[in-house]
Amino acid sequence: MVSQKVKGKPVALDGDRAVAEAIRQMNPDVVAAYPITPQTEIVMRFSEFVANGEVVTEFIPVESEHAAMSACIGASAAGGRAQTATAGAGLAFMWEVLWVASGTRLPIVMHVVNRSLSAPLNIHCDHSDSMGARDAGWIQLYDETVQEAYDNAIQALRIAEHPDIMLPTLHALDGFILGHGVERLELLPDDAVRSFIGIYEPQHPLLDVDHPVTYGPMVLTDYFFEYKRQQAAAMERALEIIPQIGEEYGTFTGRYYGLMEGYRLEDAEFATIALGSTAGTIKTVVDELRDQGVKAGLLKLRCFRPFPATILAEALGDKKAIAVLDRSLSFGAQGGPLFLEVITALFTHGLSPKVLNYAYGLGGRDIVPARIHQVYKDLIEIDREGLTESSIRYLGLRE
Amino acid sequence: MTLKTWTEILAGGLITDAGNSEEYETGSWRSHRPIIDMDRCTHCMICWIYCPDGSILVSDAKVTGIDLTHCKGCGICAHECPRKAISMVEEAVAKEGAQ
Repeated sequence: MVSQKVKGKPVALDGDRAVAEAIRQMNPDVVAAYPITPQTEIVMRFSEFVANGEVVTEFIPVESEHAAMSACIGASAAGGRAQTATAGAGLAFMWEVLWVASGTRLPIVMHVVNRSLSAPLNIHCDHSDSMGARDAGWIQLYDETVQEAYDNAIQALRIAEHPDIMLPTLHALDGFILGHGVERLELLPDDAVRSFIGIYEPQHPLLDVDHPVTYGPMVLTDYFFEYKRQQAAAMERALEIIPQIGEEYGTFTGRYYGLMEGYRLEDAEFATIALGSTAGTIKTVVDELRDQGVKAGLLKLRCFRPFPATILAEALGDKKAIAVLDRSLSFGAQGGPLFLEVITALFTHGLSPKVLNYAYGLGGRDIVPARIHQVYKDLIEIDREGLTESSIRYLGLRE
Repeated sequence: MTLKTWTEILAGGLITDAGNSEEYETGSWRSHRPIIDMDRCTHCMICWIYCPDGSILVSDAKVTGIDLTHCKGCGICAHECPRKAISMVEEAVAKEGAQ
């Protein structure tokens, strides 16, 4: 553990390269990835580190994303640290084996660059890929900035490997916006990262032939349910542990992480909730509105799985009106996946403020400050006049 | 076998007790039971070789019976027996006969 603050190195990198640097510093035993579209520069850049001998990682360029996750599962069961990166349709193709990774309690780390799912064919940002993996038993973190993509990539490993969690963990960065967007960030010294992640000591490695173990047995009606309950419990424990790891990370980086971040939220009357890079746009708008005397605030959710319902309800309970921004649709549902979680959290905590849901940014449609201004305008209006139209809205859609 | 609760089992479905498949009573799957006619059996051990579950009981190089706790009733022993000494009898009928 690093207890002294260390000096970071300021650099300008896009999100893909920042994450590749984080993987280089973590130096995993195995990285398995499918090296073609919709892959990202994370793997391209990391494979250069492998070729240059800068890491000890065994890099496996597999034949598909399904195989990428399967190779990670094998490597992790063997007792190694395994990571991969994917995007959009690649994550969708992993879907079956995502459940094997979590059900087998393997602490695999995955870097997801959010892209929409076809059809029509589109490679730009929305959250339909990671939301499609919502119920697969993986911890999900979302990054607002390139710095957060780097920081969450490193913390994801500690979260996944925590003995009281042991769940695969992904962090998601918005495709193009963060993936290809160059920002200033601070890279930690290699030894600080290595000290933070420590040495992984797997409890039941397959390669320990003196202690034979069976992975992936058939479990039928008599025990399957019990294993699923264990996974649910691990998620519950993660709610406690993720902020502890974020706090520890802050002690030597100065950047502290919790389950969510409130931005001018405490005394706000009108709040929005969002995941990912859109939070940055909202912060700008919140500042502008505050200058005009509007008590606007933002709740940026960092951790979507497990969902921190109690702290979210506590942070939002006194708001006059709330807008939930969803960058994906759940067709036929009563709102987007984030909206449904927020509504449930409020209801189960006995709260019933006015809440609007906005689907936005699908297929990479730009979310600009003017759109966010519209959201706050709507919130002020429904507070004054009550809800006269549908609470499910489409932001930036031509109507 | 007493079933354990979710807090009593190793996470991820891992099994660390080598060979614990013995504890699983696959005999309950059986619909037909192999019955050996000891007058015809020459103890050639063909059934012992072919049995996929190691359920042919042997003592002092002699076939002595079937491990009914694990025999699934697949009938391979009866099929392979060169002396046709093993017959597959419907489980209900075999149980009746045993009583």
